[in-house]
This record gives sequence, C-alpha cells and structure tokens, in this order.
Amino acid sequence: MTAHSNYRELFEAATHGVAKDWLPSLKIAAIEQFEAIGFPTTRDEDWHFTSVTPIAERIFRPVRSSGTSLTSDDVARFTYGQEAWHLLVFVNGRYEPSLSSFAELDAEAQVMTFSEALKEAPELLAERLGTLAPSTQAFTALNTAFMADGVVIRVPKDVVIETPIHILHLTDAHANGASLHPRTLMIAERGARMVLVETFATVGGGAYFTNHVAEVVVGAQARVDHYKVQREGGEAFHVGTTQATQERDSIYHAFSFATGAQLSRTNVYSRLLGENAEVRLNGLYALEEAQHGDHQTYVEHIAPACSSREVYKGILDGTSHGVFNGKVFVHPEAQQTDGKQTNKALLLSEGARVDTKPQLEIFADDVKCTHGATVGRLDEMAQFYMKSRGIGADRTRALLTYAFAAEVLELIELEPLKAALEGLLFERFIPPETA
Amino acid sequence: MLTITNLTANAGGKPILKGISLTVNAGEVHAIMGPNGSGKSTLAQVIAGHPGYEVTGGSVTYEGQDLLELEAEVRAQQGIFLAFQYPVEIPGVSNAYFLRAAYNEVRKAHGEDEVDPLEFLDIMAKKLKVVEMDEAMLQRSVNAGFSGGEKKRNEILQMAVLEPKLAVLDETDSGLDIDALRIVAEGVNKLKRPDNATIVVTHYQRLLNYIVPDFVHVLAQGRIVRSGGKELALELEERGYDWLLEPAGASA
Amino acid sequence: MSSQIESLVNKEYQYGFVTDIESDAIPRGLTEETVRLISARKNEPQWLLDWRLKAFKRWLSMTEPRWPNVKYGEIDYQAQTYYSAPKSVKPLQSLDEVDPELLKTYEKLGISLNEQKRLSGVAVDAIFDSVSVGTTMKEELKKHGVIFCSFGEAVIEHPELVQRYLGSVVPYSDNFFAALNSAVFSDGSFVYIPKGVRCPLELSTYFRINAADTGQFERTLIVADEGAYVSYLEGCTAPKRSTNQLHAAVVEIVALDDAQVKYSTVQNWYAGDKDGVGGIYNFVTKRGKAFTNSKISWTQVETGSAITWKYPSVILQGDNSTGEFYSVAVVNNKQQADTGTKMIHIGKNTKSTIISKGISAGHGQNSYRGQVKVLPKATGARNYTQCDSMLIGNQCGAHTFPYIEIANNSATLEHEASTSKIGEDQIFYCKQRGLNAEHAISLIVAGFCKEVFKELPMEFALEAQQLLGISLEGSVG
Repeated sequence: MTAHSNYRELFEAATHGVAKDWLPSLKIAAIEQFEAIGFPTTRDEDWHFTSVTPIAERIFRPVRSSGTSLTSDDVARFTYGQEAWHLLVFVNGRYEPSLSSFAELDAEAQVMTFSEALKEAPELLAERLGTLAPSTQAFTALNTAFMADGVVIRVPKDVVIETPIHILHLTDAHANGASLHPRTLMIAERGARMVLVETFATVGGGAYFTNHVAEVVVGAQARVDHYKVQREGGEAFHVGTTQATQERDSIYHAFSFATGAQLSRTNVYSRLLGENAEVRLNGLYALEEAQHGDHQTYVEHIAPACSSREVYKGILDGTSHGVFNGKVFVHPEAQQTDGKQTNKALLLSEGARVDTKPQLEIFADDVKCTHGATVGRLDEMAQFYMKSRGIGADRTRALLTYAFAAEVLELIELEPLKAALEGLLFERFIPPETA
Repeated sequence: MLTITNLTANAGGKPILKGISLTVNAGEVHAIMGPNGSGKSTLAQVIAGHPGYEVTGGSVTYEGQDLLELEAEVRAQQGIFLAFQYPVEIPGVSNAYFLRAAYNEVRKAHGEDEVDPLEFLDIMAKKLKVVEMDEAMLQRSVNAGFSGGEKKRNEILQMAVLEPKLAVLDETDSGLDIDALRIVAEGVNKLKRPDNATIVVTHYQRLLNYIVPDFVHVLAQGRIVRSGGKELALELEERGYDWLLEPAGASA
Repeated sequence: MSSQIESLVNKEYQYGFVTDIESDAIPRGLTEETVRLISARKNEPQWLLDWRLKAFKRWLSMTEPRWPNVKYGEIDYQAQTYYSAPKSVKPLQSLDEVDPELLKTYEKLGISLNEQKRLSGVAVDAIFDSVSVGTTMKEELKKHGVIFCSFGEAVIEHPELVQRYLGSVVPYSDNFFAALNSAVFSDGSFVYIPKGVRCPLELSTYFRINAADTGQFERTLIVADEGAYVSYLEGCTAPKRSTNQLHAAVVEIVALDDAQVKYSTVQNWYAGDKDGVGGIYNFVTKRGKAFTNSKISWTQVETGSAITWKYPSVILQGDNSTGEFYSVAVVNNKQQADTGTKMIHIGKNTKSTIISKGISAGHGQNSYRGQVKVLPKATGARNYTQCDSMLIGNQCGAHTFPYIEIANNSATLEHEASTSKIGEDQIFYCKQRGLNAEHAISLIVAGFCKEVFKELPMEFALEAQQLLGISLEGSVG
C-alpha cells in the first residue's frame, strides 16, 4: 500500500459534517487529485532540497478527542501581550470559543469560523474556496480534502479594520500522531484594509502534522498585512501554503517568521493581476539541531507596472538545513515590472547547511529585476571590532547574530509583534550576562 | 537657422505642445523658461527627434531643410546637439570610445576622414580644459557612476567636442551647485561663436546670470505666452510665473 | 522605437557554404557494429574499443535529458551518420598533403593552415566533420615538449597519456550525451603541456561540420602537468542546412598542481533561419578538474546553434584551486540556450567566479543555469556570481536558475543577478550624438559584455565583438 493511499481510507472514514453539496464534491475532487499526484519527491524541481518522506511514511489521523485541557494561561503565552486584538483560538484544529476573545467588529466586516460561514455566507464560500489555492499541489489537495475548520474573513469595500485579527492555532497532547488541516480564507474588497496574524504553536503536542492553507484576495486599492509565526513543537511537521491574488493598486505584505518544527515547508505565493500592485514578501527563519526548514516564494507578475520586494534571512545552527527558493515570473504583458529579491543565510555551525535557488523567469522586455543571495559566517571584522572593545567571543557572536536577524524584523510594521519577536530572538541568541 | 512654426506635439496621446512658433538666428542665445510641465523639455526633445513624442502639426525648418523628416542621428550629424536633462548611463562603454565614435560620425557626415584614437586624444586634451575635467574620466564608462555635476559637465564636454551649430541645453542647471554651474556656464560661453546658436531651457533665472540670453520666451501650457529681452527673466525671478498663466488660462 | 526594435532583418550567416568534397561515411544508424566500425577506421587499440562499448551499453540504458529549458522535437538517433571523413585525408598526413579544397574551406573561414599566412602565435588543429585535417606549428611546439595533435593521433602516439586521463573528468556514464560521445567520438584535439612549461603559443582547434545529416562527436582532452600553463581556443561553424544536426562534444581538462588552463570558445554553429528551421543542436559536456593551487578558466561567447545545452564546469578538487566562468550567450530569432556552469568546491580555500551575460532578441529564449556547491570539507570556499540578462524586443525571454548549495559554514558566497531591457533612452542618447541605431545597440551590448570580452585572448576578442554585432544585426531598425 502506498503512503498516499492511506489517506483515501482516512477520507472515507472521516465525517465531513453537514454541508452544502458543493463542499463534498470539492473535497472528493481534492482527494482524487491527491491520489493522482501523491506526495512530492526530491525529483520534483520545487522539492529538490526537501524530502517529505518523514511525513509520507507515517499515517497522521485526524485528531480524535474533542476536549482540551488548555487554559487561558496557556493561550496568554502566545498572544504577544495584546489583549485588545481580536483573538480566535483553535485547539487541535477546532475552534475554542471559550479561549477566544472577540470584540465587536468595525462596520460590516465578517469574521466567521467555517461552520458559521457555511450558514451565514455559503455563496461566498462556494464562490471562493479553493479557487486561489488549487489542488494541483499535493499538500493543498490534502488540506482541501480534510479541512474541518478554519476562518473566513470578509472586509467590505473601503472598510478599515484597525485592530489586528489574530488566529492562534494551538495543539496539545491529543494532537500527538495526528494531522490538522486548518484553512483560512480572507477577502479584502476594494479599498479595504486589515492586519492578520496567524500563529502556530504547541503545548506538548508531540509529533503532529499541521497542513495549513490560506487564500487571500486583495482587492483594488486594498491593503493586507499578513504575519505568520510558525513556532511548532520540535517533533512536529508543518506545511503551510499562502496563496494571494492582488488587484490593481493593492498592497499585500506577507511576513513569515519560523523557528519551529523538525520539518517545515512554507510557501507564499502571490499573483499580481492588476496594474500597479505591490507585493512584499519578507521572512526570517532560525533553525537549530537537526531542523529542516524550507521557504518558497513565488511572485507572478501578470499585470504591468507592479512591484515585488522580497527580503528573506535564515540563521542556521547545529546540523540544521535551510532551503530558500524564490521565484519571480514575469509574463509577456507585465511590462514595467520592478522586482527585487534579497536572500541571506548565516551559517553558525560547521554542520549547518543551506540550499538556495533564487530564480527569475522573464518574458517581458521592459523590466527591472534583480536578486541577490549571500551565504556566509558572521563578519570577522565586526567580530574583531567587538572583541577589541572588550566584548567576549560568545557575546559578540550572539549580538551579531541578533543584529543580523533584527534587520529583517524592522520590516514588520505591527509594532507589538515586532517587539515580541525581537524579544523571542533576544532570548534565543543572547545569553544572560553572567557576572 | 531654426524656424519653428505653429508646432504641436503629443506625448502618450496627450497634447503637450499646442502651437509653438520661434525663430533662432546664428549668433543668438534664446532662453526658454516656464513652470514645470509647461512643455519646455518636450520642445527640446522634439527638436532633437526623440521618438517618444508625436508631432501632430506645424513645421520645423533647420538650415533650409525640413527637420522633422530627419532621423535623430542625422540631426546630430548636421549640428544639432541636445544637452540632456538626465544624461544616460552606458555601462562598459568608455567615454573616450563613445566620444570618438560620435565625433567620427559627424566627420563622416561631412565627408571628412575619421580620426584614429591617438589623434583623438590630442583633440580631447584641449577640450577637457573647457570643462575643467580630468583626463582620467575619459576611461570611465559613459556617465556610469558619475555625480550629477559630473554628468552635466560631461554633456558640455561632448558639446565642446562635437562643435554643434545649434545647442539645446535642457535644464542643464538643475541639480548643480554654484561652482559646477559656473564651470558649465563658462564652458558654454567659451563655445559661443557668431555662426552658432544656443537655446537654454531652464526653470530658474540663476543660469541666465552666467549665460546671458538675447531673447527670453516664457512657455506655459504648451504655448509661448510672452517673449522679451533678458530683463524678462529678471521680472520672472521677482514675480514668478503666475501672473503670466492667468491670461493664458482665461483665453483657453 | 520598440517597433523599430522588432523589425528584425537578419544578415546572412557568412559561414553557411558547403564544401563539395568526396566523403567516406559509414552507413546511418547506431548499433554496436557502428561503434566497432568507427574504432576500426581509426585503428584503435583494444582498450579504447572496450571503453567505447561500455559507454554504448550504458547509453542504451539512459534517457535523453529533458530538464533544460529548451524545446525541440524527437531526435532520431538512427537517422544520423556517425562518421564522415573527406576521402583525401590520410592518417597522420603532413600539412603539405592536405587537399587544396579543404585548405580553401578554411581560408574562407578565416583560418589559414598554410604556414606562410598563419596567424603568428597561434597553432591550429583543423577538424572537418569526423577527422582532423591537419595541425600547424607542431614542430615549434615539440621543442617545448608540448603535444598538440588530433585525438586519433594521440591514441596511437601517446596511448599512455590518453588512457590515463580519458574519462577521468567526464566518465562515460556522466550523462546521456557524454555516454553517446564516448561510444562514437571520432576525432578532436589532444593537448599535453609538460611540467613547468608555459605553452609559447595559443593553441586553437577549429571545428567544421560539412556533411549533411552527420553528427559531430568530438572529444578534446587537455592535460596541463604540474606548473604548466596553456591558453586554448575553440571555434566552430557549419553550413546552412534545413535539417538539424547534432553536435555532442566532450571536453575534459586536467589541471595538475599549480597548473593553469584557460579555455576560450567562440561558438558560431549555424543557428537555423529566422523561422527556426535547421541549425545545430549543440549538446556539450565540458568539465575541468583542478588540483592543488591550479586554475581553470572557461570563457565562452555563444552566438550560434539552434539549441545550446552546455555547462562548462570546474571540479575544485585540490586546495586553493580556482575556477572561473565568463560567458556571453546571445539568442536571436528562434534560438534557445540553456547554459551556465557548475562549480563544485571540494578542496579547502577554493575560489570560483561566475560572470554570465545573456542577451535575448527576436523570439530567443536564454536560460542561465548554474550550480555552486560547497561540500562539507571545503573550508574557506568562496564564490562570486553575477548573472545579467538583457532583453531586446518583447518576444524573447530570459531565465535564471541558480542552484546554491552550501554545506560548510566558512563558505562565503555572493550571488547577484539582474534583468533589464536595452534602454531606449540609451539608444536615443547615442542617436543624439550621431550614431545610428545599429551602431548604438552594438555599442551598448559590447559595454554590457565587457567584463567577459576582456577575458578573451586579443584575436578572439575582436572576432567575438564582430560576431556579436552580426548576431544582433537587424535586431533594431
């Protein structure tokens, strides 16, 4: 029996809830698609440096238990000290109203769980779900087949939601050996604005597998800031795909922060459909021990005069393995494209390894595209300079590592999040001074 | 030398020049002034033959021929020189090579022999003095990595080498500090002869303290709204452009 | 302006003529018998035949790679002729005996084999279809102990060297086309520079495909012994034919301790017509192995071929060894190129530099594919990569696929890439200074490629610049 045929069995066994007719057929199509393509192998160009065998060879069942022992104190560890934010907490893939805190929303904006959305806005769901992130990718197909809960957000025309919305995905011991397939659908209509934070973390979840998909529609003149913080447990597996489409004059900023999981893969894709749209894809990952973290970005310039900006940085310690693959594709019609990509990796230890592939595919002639990649150690001159000022070797290394990382965090415009992530890095890299 | 009659031109389908008439004779210096967006630079570019502008009406006669019929390079070979507002960078091509190529094209057009690199270096040595430039810059790539002032001086150096009949200086003063402005202006003055003419396009009167015009024309909304002597420039300096704009607006 | 850029009119490919000469070709098709036949024609020793047969067997089990970013139809390997030689060429003939028709051919290509008219300072090996026509300056080179001869001659005269190094850099099992070449290679050049010798002449091989439906499968082996230096040039042309011809060469370079090898190519195979009919399929494996303190430098100007698939690479085996790759690749009309390099850092403090300039015009598709791999033991490895693409017109494409694989934390790697169109403002600026559009383009393009041209030997640099002018001729109105 092949690895992926197990999922058909699980699919048949699962109850997919009460739903409109279109949903089961979407799911059936997805599981069929998944069966047809199977898990990717390192022979697939986009998976060349990441083997998903550890995921493929196990059978992750959906979480059985519906109870949770998590308390609001557990939740508070992951909310960046922001009580005012709209908070939706999912535990083991299921919405937990008791742990969530949701203030009255501005105007007619809608924030719904999946089951709410099926009741309140079925047409919206039927129209949009699965259209941005197609099931042609194995993990997306798997998510579509098994998605049980998630969040649907719709911000109507010209509505600005000032308060960030935070979706917190937590797991506990019940998740051990199980898989979660959370889904996010976010629609910012013309001129709308919103800030979304998605956090993935665990309280003793063990070896679970999160397979997340987010679909983001950024309407004309809309702006969406989308932060993803991946702090899964050290035994966990994480695959996440964010697929955005952008209409004219829109801005989409996606920031990915990743320190968790033994094996993770984060895809961020944006399709620039309307003129003069701007996309910013930034990220920071810090890996240690035997962690494997893979980041893929894909910007598709379809309309003219759009700009893309990317800065990704990685810090690799232990025998960790980092992968970055940034693709920029410029269609023949996308004249006056302005694309810039920077990708830097810092190798802290001898056993650390990085593979990077910044790729440009250009079919229009009036374009300006650049990419730069560097890999290296800490700057020896800077180390020497700091040592010559009396700072010890360990501390010098720590401070310079922190500085390398902090630079990319500067791109976060959500101040409390920036401060919190800086704090996390500080704890990680700067040892407490011993007298 | 140059007669422009009722010239109209579009950029990207939008009318920019809406009927310009202007006569420039040998030995004269004309200043074209006007607020931003008035069409000053467009006029300079149309005279030089920039393909981005579409001439929709009127005529331009230069030395008895229909200028608008000529390709940009032919205009250059016949003595029209445009000092660019934003001189273009050509990485990897040395200034010396570029200048010699241009110099030889002009010579060829006049049935003269091309000069070899060594002869050309002698010619250059003299010309460099005109703009107070160092010989080292000849080996640098055309405008690449030049400061704003260096680029403008490089334009005047090219003008000195090519010895045009009609020089059009497009906002040559923009972005220059006072020392660079003096060097550039003196360069232009040294090159002035009874058989050539200069059109100075500028937003500010400042440059005209150094390059004294015989005629000043004010361009606004694609038309020449006033012409006068050098004192007109001083008046503009004092009163700005607004007092000239209103009548143009009212008549529209 | 852009409509001017689009109005492409191509200058005739000036090397497209056919030499009318009687050939001795073996029947079409490829079987074990073909391999034996080629080996027999060349009076090869048994060990080489055995090697060829192993390669052939391996080739049968391999499939043609389709990962390059190029599109072409099925190649019928049984429809090709694998060996064709002018009847008048005798083995080990002296230059005085060369058929005047062949001498005339090379004269027309600008290569004089005649002792009096030769370029001074360059020794030439002329390869016509499957055989070497002759090698110049052999006596002069002999004085310095330099061996420069056809591959076939080397097999007979210097079997120990050939046997020792053949396949040591590119094993016959390396890839589909390398295996094919190993089975059926006909001729090529062999170079050996003894210990401590700085080769006094530039060595050059001129490849010419003449016969129709014939593939050229040449094999070049360059060995620079300890402390030796050599600069080697390679040029290629072919007649205009409406069918595609296959050129699957293998070049191996061995640079022993402290040696330096500089390998320059100006590749001008027939590119097909403006509709993409005909032209050479140029599927080439070029690789060098650099031992301690040695240096291997590849410089290529690729303007010809319908399809190019080529990655001159360096295995930086020894400590402190250096690899360089300088490339200009031009595609116009329907040409496709997937080219780049591999720098494999194995030794400590190894250094590599990659400068790639891609120019796409017409409907051309140009891909840079490069791998920089730093293995765990390559402490202190450094790489600098710069790959720039220029687009002329809006029907073409530029693609960049860099693979950067770093497994040693003391490595320093920098990679920069840019893509831009040829500036219309640059063209107008030049025109305003009296240069016509064509002149302006060639000037701008030459400036763009300067970093690569300055790596070419003088005679080649000039030829390359002219070639570039010709390949882009008509890409502006």
